[in-house]
Amino acid sequence: MAKSQQQAYDEFIKGVWRENPVFVQVLGMCPMLAVTNSAINGIAMGLATFFVLVCSSFFVSLLKSFIPKQVRISCFIIIIATFVTVVDYTLLALVPKVHKELGAFIPLIVANCLILGRQEAFASKNTIPMAMLDAVGMASGFLLALVSLGGIREILGEGKLLGFSLFGPNFEPWVIMILPPGGFITLGLMLLFFNWVEERKKKLDAQLAAAEGGAD
Amino acid sequence: MSDQEQQAPAGGAEEPSPNRLVGTLAVAGLISGVIIIAVYLATFNTIKENKARELREAVFRVLPGVAHMQKLLLKDGKLVVSHVEEKDEEPIYAGYDKEGNFIGYAIPSAGPGFQDTISVLYGYRPKERLVVGMWILDSRETPGLGDKIYKDAAFVANFDRLEVDPKIVAVKKGTKSKPNEIDAITGATISSKAVVRIINEGNERWLSKLPEPGSEPAFEKVEEKKGEKGKEGQEHPPGANDEGL
Repeated sequence: MAKSQQQAYDEFIKGVWRENPVFVQVLGMCPMLAVTNSAINGIAMGLATFFVLVCSSFFVSLLKSFIPKQVRISCFIIIIATFVTVVDYTLLALVPKVHKELGAFIPLIVANCLILGRQEAFASKNTIPMAMLDAVGMASGFLLALVSLGGIREILGEGKLLGFSLFGPNFEPWVIMILPPGGFITLGLMLLFFNWVEERKKKLDAQLAAAEGGAD
Repeated sequence: MSDQEQQAPAGGAEEPSPNRLVGTLAVAGLISGVIIIAVYLATFNTIKENKARELREAVFRVLPGVAHMQKLLLKDGKLVVSHVEEKDEEPIYAGYDKEGNFIGYAIPSAGPGFQDTISVLYGYRPKERLVVGMWILDSRETPGLGDKIYKDAAFVANFDRLEVDPKIVAVKKGTKSKPNEIDAITGATISSKAVVRIINEGNERWLSKLPEPGSEPAFEKVEEKKGEKGKEGQEHPPGANDEGL
């Protein structure tokens, strides 16, 4: 029991942190860079991707024994595209303002390689509960990345977070941060940070191993 | 070579028949199609109402004092009131006050901006030949600079009581001196000039086709009420065209 719980936790947390789709796998860069000029856009895009990834993983895992492997990619794409269309119409009906901001990038979720990647690499080979955990973890990691990037860019580029002014009227917004170059700069710095953390961890582990070896 | 030899028997053993492959894809496509159509139908009316409401709000914004509006279409060189939706229609809108007196036209016009097409709706009062309001329906101008064409209240206020003759001109900020000039936005001159050009183009296209002041199409109250009650979307089968926005 404890072991399976540990495994479940691992499947979930690997997407959020250890194998974060954006910061570690560097997948799904198109929406990542294009719509993160504010935190709210990041949240909307993250949730849309969340829904599509989780639903697709569920159905791919459910139907994996029915789908012949020769046509699996086409079937995955059909499943993904169906949910993307559902999201597209739903956003258009319920929150037209958000839909307008995200524009062409909602239909482009179909082509997000994070989603197809998870179907091919995980959902089509694992049980439904595991596929769900993996999808929820990966989608959360993606959402987290979009929100943090969008938040940083909005704070620096507009002096606001989620539309609330943070620094008062004297703050001169750093406009480049909400322009495309700002996306690349911020993402680059965040990747740098993640790699630095990883390097540090490796060094610590090595030191730890060396110390243990010495003790023996 | 050895790879191929190894793979061939393994793959051949459980090679599904072509029928199975085609069948799987057909079933997947069919289910997907049914789901998509269901969602489309379920959201159709809401989306249509959203678009109609957005347009109504925009018309009310660019024509102060308007309480009712109706759509006008150009037919055989004459503007006629229209209550149905047609394909590829290019309407303008007439605004009326509570008593049904004509106030002005709301004219949509679009053209290239700094990044992408800017769609503008502006209010025009033919009697005084004045632009009385401007609203950006759609644009993808640079955030923080070009998007001031709708975020900067001072720029939008330029279009209140703006003379259209001989034509509207954008001048450097703070140098506006004539009633047909507007102050451009510092750092977004191209976007500012684009808005002005789009409105001038709209004027060129429409002003000569408008009826003489005083002989505007009257407000057809009965029709409007019927249209509102029936919520248009239910009168026409789904799949009819969306509002031409």
